Amino acid sequence: MDLNQYLSMFIDEANDHLQALNEHMLELESQPDDVSIVQVIFRSAHTLKGMSATMGFEDLASLTHQMENVLDMVRNHQLSMDDFIFDTLFRSLDALEAMVGDITNGGEGKADVTEIVASLQSIVSGDYKKEKSADESASEQETSAQSESLDEFQRSILEQSLEAGMHVYHIRVELREDCVLKAARAYMVFQVLSQYGEVVKSAPPAQDIEQDKFDSGFSIFFVSQTELEQLKHEVGQVSELESVEIKDMTLEDVRQWNQRADEVHTSAKETAATAVKPAVEQDKPKSAPTASPASTTQAAAKKSSASPAPNKAVQNRTIRVDIERLDVLMNLLSEMLIDRVRLEQLAGELKQHDLTETVEHLVRVSSDLQNIVLKMRMVPVDVVFSRFPRMVRDLAKSLDKKVDFIITGADTEMDRTVIDEIGDPLVHLLRNAVDHGVESIEERIAKGKSETGTVQLRAYQSGNHVFIEIEEDGHGIDRDKILSKAMKNGIVSPDKAASLSDEQVYQLLFASGFSTADKVSDVSGRGVGLDVVKSKIASLGGHVIVESKLGQGTTFIVQLPLTLSILSAMLFTLGTEKYAIPLTSIVETGLVQKDDIRRLHGGIRMIDYRDSVIPLLSLSALFDCASYSDMDEDEIEIIIIRKGERLAALAVDDFVGQNEIVLKPLGNYLKNTPGISGATILGDGQVALIIDPNALLK
Amino acid sequence: MAEEIKVVVFTLGQEEYGIEVEKVKTIERMMPITRVPKTFDFIKGVINLRGVVVPVIELRGRFGMAEEEHTDQTRVIIVAHDEMEVGFIVDSASDVIDITSDDIEPAPEVVGGIQAKYLRGVAKFGDNRLLIMLNLAEVLNKSEIIKLEQLEA
Repeated sequence: MDLNQYLSMFIDEANDHLQALNEHMLELESQPDDVSIVQVIFRSAHTLKGMSATMGFEDLASLTHQMENVLDMVRNHQLSMDDFIFDTLFRSLDALEAMVGDITNGGEGKADVTEIVASLQSIVSGDYKKEKSADESASEQETSAQSESLDEFQRSILEQSLEAGMHVYHIRVELREDCVLKAARAYMVFQVLSQYGEVVKSAPPAQDIEQDKFDSGFSIFFVSQTELEQLKHEVGQVSELESVEIKDMTLEDVRQWNQRADEVHTSAKETAATAVKPAVEQDKPKSAPTASPASTTQAAAKKSSASPAPNKAVQNRTIRVDIERLDVLMNLLSEMLIDRVRLEQLAGELKQHDLTETVEHLVRVSSDLQNIVLKMRMVPVDVVFSRFPRMVRDLAKSLDKKVDFIITGADTEMDRTVIDEIGDPLVHLLRNAVDHGVESIEERIAKGKSETGTVQLRAYQSGNHVFIEIEEDGHGIDRDKILSKAMKNGIVSPDKAASLSDEQVYQLLFASGFSTADKVSDVSGRGVGLDVVKSKIASLGGHVIVESKLGQGTTFIVQLPLTLSILSAMLFTLGTEKYAIPLTSIVETGLVQKDDIRRLHGGIRMIDYRDSVIPLLSLSALFDCASYSDMDEDEIEIIIIRKGERLAALAVDDFVGQNEIVLKPLGNYLKNTPGISGATILGDGQVALIIDPNALLK
Repeated sequence: MAEEIKVVVFTLGQEEYGIEVEKVKTIERMMPITRVPKTFDFIKGVINLRGVVVPVIELRGRFGMAEEEHTDQTRVIIVAHDEMEVGFIVDSASDVIDITSDDIEPAPEVVGGIQAKYLRGVAKFGDNRLLIMLNLAEVLNKSEIIKLEQLEA
């Protein structure tokens, strides 16, 4: 069978499962006792194992198999989660991700996982605890005590049986020490019991007893209608038994069984070895900081409308579509939009009633179609955000910091092309926030802050833009520190430094080769990063704003366009040439009289705008336009554009009007043409260039 | 075995030039061109080629020859090379001929005023006609022009 056709499906689903595993593991870390989460994790791991085995990825399958073993024990209460298990499982997930990544890139998905497998196996066998504790017998007793506890399923059976008027017996059988065939004797006991009722649970498990893997005795939970005395008599018929204790259990006994088992096991521990106690206590503070950030992540996730948990229950009815097909659909649609505009013009000229009506209908239908196609390309930012909680957890742990990570607005949608690109810059900013922003625990306490720092990741839509904010309540940015550093690096001259606004100072952070971290850490602080973040976001048509209060925290605000392919623009002319400028960067349009223009030396022209004076840029001069010059006009049409805090007026010839235009690239040959971000095709088939206002405001 | 090559033949002035047929997407008549400011003089601008925006360059200008008025014969040859799609404005484009790779000889220093590095070679064909084969990679190489301009500046 050729499996290649299933490969892409496998990769998609494997990634989904890994994502789910990661999320639920984090959830479990905050609520280690919630067995229902373990069930979900177990199912995901199991499916992943099956898929990998079918596709022939043996390493993937064997690792998931080992994970499954551990999870199975946790699920059946034979094992309780602790730090070591969490770390090992997270490491396994990382290894799985790496393998799936390898497969995605055409590899075989092979990896050396022996170390992780060994750790997982040591968890299953309980060996890892021996390594930790000084006394081996204590841990053995612990496991035996634990194995006698009931899981939820068994308990409910016992409870139901009691309610149905049956007897529930706890039978403890001790074999004689000189007993030769222990397994056979035990089998006989089971044989006898099976005539009178049903064995719900045995400790050790029945298969271990069959294989002689027990010491000298075993205990059984037994449901029967037979009276205690008769049962005792029947079991007593089996020879070579040292003792048989049968206890008739009440509902209360069943309910409290686990608790009692725990008590037994802790008291056993205490008496057996005092050396274990410090070890256990040492574990506790270690697990506390890791659990707390996860728990708040959980709480936050529930608050936000895109809470993952309830969504998981309702399976979305979706199909997977190759993104290339969506791109083709988008291209075809933009072709159609061009024809639509042309049809509108023709109908306007012909003034024929029927034609006009049909064209109007076409316009409505095609704009609905445009909306739908655009929506189809929209993906919730959750796709990117969902991997951050894990990253922040790991990072905070490695830095010994306590961090609450709160995500809001994960359901905010953005164009797929933007989503694909935004991940890396956000990783940079989040790493910075945890590493440089949030202070160490001691420092926070010294400052009188709560020892847990908060990092918030917010996404929301506003107009044609999506804003992503990363806020932390850490150091804040020290203006003087940046300035002295910038002067040392020669980025800013000392006389200029004093006149810079705070925002301008913060923007220095984005200059290349700039880092204020005192120490270079493993995570960040090498002075590369923020400049890359800025250029990446700029290439997506967005920008970054920094707000900060010293000692209180910093917020990075990333503004991004909703979509990259269709935009509202203002069309205008310069003589015979037509240009478009995105509406998003236009503040307003207007007229100025020639006499109102102030001239500074060096030929710079300024105009009054509101309460300030802004530069007037001559587009015709900038673009060497032969057919028009604003110098000859008495009254000049202007477009006020904005980039951040800066404003400027562009002198143009005439306004044509607002239009939805389809952004087309100029082609690779003309890539990076200054001042031009692309082109669009107008209704009459002509190409109009789209002006990049950001480049003009430099 | 010599390799058979199909070549699109076009003219600039008196000379005949060739581009391998598989590099040529289409040949178009002149159409309205939108000027792109802040580019080299020989880049005439962009055209709308059935919904795709394609830059066009004046091949005469690219090779430093005097530019002439466009006529009825003027054609735009759309070539695709190395992820780039560009239109070449040429005086005329006549036909497609077959040559073999053996026919192509290394170009002398300068042919018809064009530096040898822009040329793949020269091929004889028909009754003593000379075909100058273009080296598209060099013709479309912009970084080299930028270097030149910086030297001059």
